[in-house]
Amino acid sequence: MSQAMLTVKQAGPLALIQDTGRFGVGHLGVTQGGAADWVSFRWANWLLGNASDSAALEIVMGGNLTLVANAEVRLALTGADLGATVDGQPLTTNTSFLLRSGQTLIFRQPRRGLRAYLAFPGGLNAPKVLGSRACTAREQIGGLHEDGKPLQTGDQLIWHGGVTAEHVMPEGTKPAMPEKSCQLSMVLGSQAAHFAGRSLYDAFSQAWTVDNRADRMGVRLTGKPLRSSLGGIISEGIPLGAVQIPPDGQPIILMNDRQTIGGYPRLGALTPMACALLAQCLPGTEVRLRPVSASQAQVAYRNQMRVWQ
Amino acid sequence: MKLRLETAAMDALTVRLFDTIDESNMAWIIAADQTLRKALGEALIDLIPSYTTLLVHYDCQQLTFAQVTTLIRGALRHLTPAESQNGQLHEIPVWYDESVGPELGGVAKRAGLSVDALIERHCNHDYCVFALGFAPGYGFMGLVDEDIATPRLKTPRRKVAPGSVGIADRQTAIYPLLSPGGWNILGRTAVPLFEYAKRGEPLLRPGDKVRFKAISKKEFEAAGGDTTPMEERS
Repeated sequence: MSQAMLTVKQAGPLALIQDTGRFGVGHLGVTQGGAADWVSFRWANWLLGNASDSAALEIVMGGNLTLVANAEVRLALTGADLGATVDGQPLTTNTSFLLRSGQTLIFRQPRRGLRAYLAFPGGLNAPKVLGSRACTAREQIGGLHEDGKPLQTGDQLIWHGGVTAEHVMPEGTKPAMPEKSCQLSMVLGSQAAHFAGRSLYDAFSQAWTVDNRADRMGVRLTGKPLRSSLGGIISEGIPLGAVQIPPDGQPIILMNDRQTIGGYPRLGALTPMACALLAQCLPGTEVRLRPVSASQAQVAYRNQMRVWQ
Repeated sequence: MKLRLETAAMDALTVRLFDTIDESNMAWIIAADQTLRKALGEALIDLIPSYTTLLVHYDCQQLTFAQVTTLIRGALRHLTPAESQNGQLHEIPVWYDESVGPELGGVAKRAGLSVDALIERHCNHDYCVFALGFAPGYGFMGLVDEDIATPRLKTPRRKVAPGSVGIADRQTAIYPLLSPGGWNILGRTAVPLFEYAKRGEPLLRPGDKVRFKAISKKEFEAAGGDTTPMEERS
């Protein structure tokens, strides 16, 4: 029998192989990468009983991404509802399902959320670059062919295999997809002191709009501009979720594929959970920033991690 | 050197040692980098040194906020600067030419220099590598002679060819791979800056020194250089 695989009959606009990301290499100028909605990504692997860092597909928008199986395989689908169907039958997100030999899996368009995650038994098979399979277009690194390219028509997806679990998500744990609006928790950074009181008030009291200039590098928010007394700063390391304020006063939230160092003043950083939520916000979504302490955020994070243990 | 710890994110701290850029910072930054790697061990996720700071991304499942600050303060209490001879000197051959360095003429004119004099000025200094960032293996170097310092382009290029050597204000750098960029490009080198497939190690490291050396088109080609003129402008 030939190798079990899924063939990409039609590539959508953006489907990327992702894992938890590339760590311990930031000092080389190499970005973190990894699944943008890491919560949904973790759930996808959990549903199959995979190791939590197993490589999966991050499917953005859908756009008729079409995959055909040549053997029976159990897959798990989480994250956004992209109107996925198997041979025309709608799929339920946040479950695992059987794809039979010859069946066609199609992702249409976002109905709720922006990024869907598709996990494979034992994780997708792709070469590791600098310790990770995360695919970063800008750095031309990772992915199926080690060149950072998203899935192309004709690509063949192979997985590590092994016995898969058929876990079911406990009630009340399903990650919420933002609809028209959502709240994003943020830890204030030390540079916040250089923002005028008025700007600090504006930062947390207004509803920001997610701009269409949004990708895996950064998400721009538009609203009443914020002013800092720091024009620019000496370039320094940028954490995930950093809320960077360029001269136009419109925040840019730096995401997984951000540059490792930068020189704009920062108000603080979204928590990792808020980053996962923001990664699911379509342009036009209204978001409110909510200040939390680092310790509070850590408690919430540890509680979330415990769910998967 | 004065130590300040600043909250950067839920699980990241900025360790601030200096307020201004200076070559003499590097010995301290390198020492702090080595010390923090040792002190945090398995709890360290990423450590990104830069001109005046180090960003510490730690595992908050292993260390609380209070624990990590205590640990960092303790580790850096008796910091001494690293031995300066640790850094390597790299000689980087560059083909300075308008076809691959479109700002060569403009930067020279702005400085009131001939193109040859500008090239000589750019080659006449051992630049310090202050930080790696922006792209894999991209080294921020300086400080460029004040006379030839030139601000970034008003509109960044959408595509800057790999190996492009540029300046922005008093900094100079080499683009390791095709990327957007707003620096003034003077020439191109054939030296690979980052070959992840082969070594996974960048050529340049913070604290290293770089000396540029002007070469002819023939020498550039012999070294495997790509002479295609600077790609598409935005």
